Amino acid sequence: MSKVFSSFEDAISDLKDGDTIIVGGFGLCGIPEKAIEAILRKGTKNLTVVSNNCGVDDWGLGLLLKNKQIKKIIASYVGENKTFEQQFLNGEIEVELTPQGTLAERIRAGGAGIPAFYTATGVGTPIAEGKPTKVFDGKTYIEERAIVGDFAFVKAWKGDKLGNLVYRKTARNFNPLAAMAGKITIAEVEELVEVGELDPDEIHTPSIYVQRILVGERYEKRIEKLTTRKEEVLR
Amino acid sequence: MALTNRERIVKRAVQEIRDGMYVNLGIGMPTLVANEIPKDYQVMLQSENGLLGIGPYPTESEVDPDLINAGKETVTAVKGAAFFDSAESFAMIRGGHLDLAILGGMEVSEKGDLANWMIPGKLVKGMGGAMDLVHGAKRVVVIMEHLSKKGEPKVRKECTLPLTGQGVVDRLITELAVFDFTDEGMVLIEKSKDITLEELKSKTEADYIVSPNLVEW
Repeated sequence: MSKVFSSFEDAISDLKDGDTIIVGGFGLCGIPEKAIEAILRKGTKNLTVVSNNCGVDDWGLGLLLKNKQIKKIIASYVGENKTFEQQFLNGEIEVELTPQGTLAERIRAGGAGIPAFYTATGVGTPIAEGKPTKVFDGKTYIEERAIVGDFAFVKAWKGDKLGNLVYRKTARNFNPLAAMAGKITIAEVEELVEVGELDPDEIHTPSIYVQRILVGERYEKRIEKLTTRKEEVLR
Repeated sequence: MALTNRERIVKRAVQEIRDGMYVNLGIGMPTLVANEIPKDYQVMLQSENGLLGIGPYPTESEVDPDLINAGKETVTAVKGAAFFDSAESFAMIRGGHLDLAILGGMEVSEKGDLANWMIPGKLVKGMGGAMDLVHGAKRVVVIMEHLSKKGEPKVRKECTLPLTGQGVVDRLITELAVFDFTDEGMVLIEKSKDITLEELKSKTEADYIVSPNLVEW
């Protein structure tokens, strides 16, 4: 059975209203931009979205926010987004802020079959409220629960037709974790190669985590904050 | 020309960095510390989104949308840099492998509590990696201006804002003074010679001990 899909519409045909989706990316870097556009076109509602950020007003997950497809967001940072601000203040969207390392570990744990773990992160802060605590070697830790998604959407640089993935630079970020934690993981890649073309030593996400794979055309890769230096500075 | 408050703080903060360290610099003023690190030091700067070895901003021709820092700015990677995923990045942070984190602050209490992520009544944006960093780095140095824009003390008996971490600050650097948080309490170890001890006390709500080895600069 081939994992390779030719259209994003087919790849997400069984995505349902109310599903939980885990979405790779950090800011706008390494986001599965083609899958997000497909979800926008499909109009799936009441989604619970697990992602470090929620895009900007007119790009990334911000598109789904604007179209009111998101019921709840689990993220570490949701600034840079006016649509979010309005919907949050109107009570239209629920938000669960999670420290970034805790979010990464919750997703990793979900993929690794670990239901919960303990961390010092957040002890004595508002995010510890209502969470069980435990003392190890005299230090207090809080319990954090794993996250599993009905679907995970990831973006890789290269992939093979079996679903092995290689990411590029800091576009890796949450993608390998998301890939592990989706019941159905859909990977979009810039370049799809034949099985055997990737060196097994360089694979970041082994194919077992990926159920569907497809090529995205013409990636925009928008930049959130363009910062440059003049050529002379280092010379 | 006199230095601005921020310039004074950055200049003092860079002295916390030693040759060979692995360091995380927070978003905002801490990022400016990078420019002041002595060129002959081998210091690796960590970025929570998955880069160890942050380089300078790219030239226009070097800009790569797949290469950004935790502030979502385009950057470069130095020789010897490594890329990794977010779980690995925070294993590095939570596992106590970073020598130093320099973070910005909104308030610091005399017990070394830090508040730097949320102002009640204003929209919450999120804590990002700050709560992880304050528990993970071997040493946490907070840099901030001594008073708020309204002239209110930010060095408090108790933080009035929601905490980022409890008892997590090792050292606080402001444009007026440097404090350490020890088992004996908060200790003033350095101060600007432009201010008297009395003036400093009037601008600081927290109670602190004055070190017998107080240094002036």
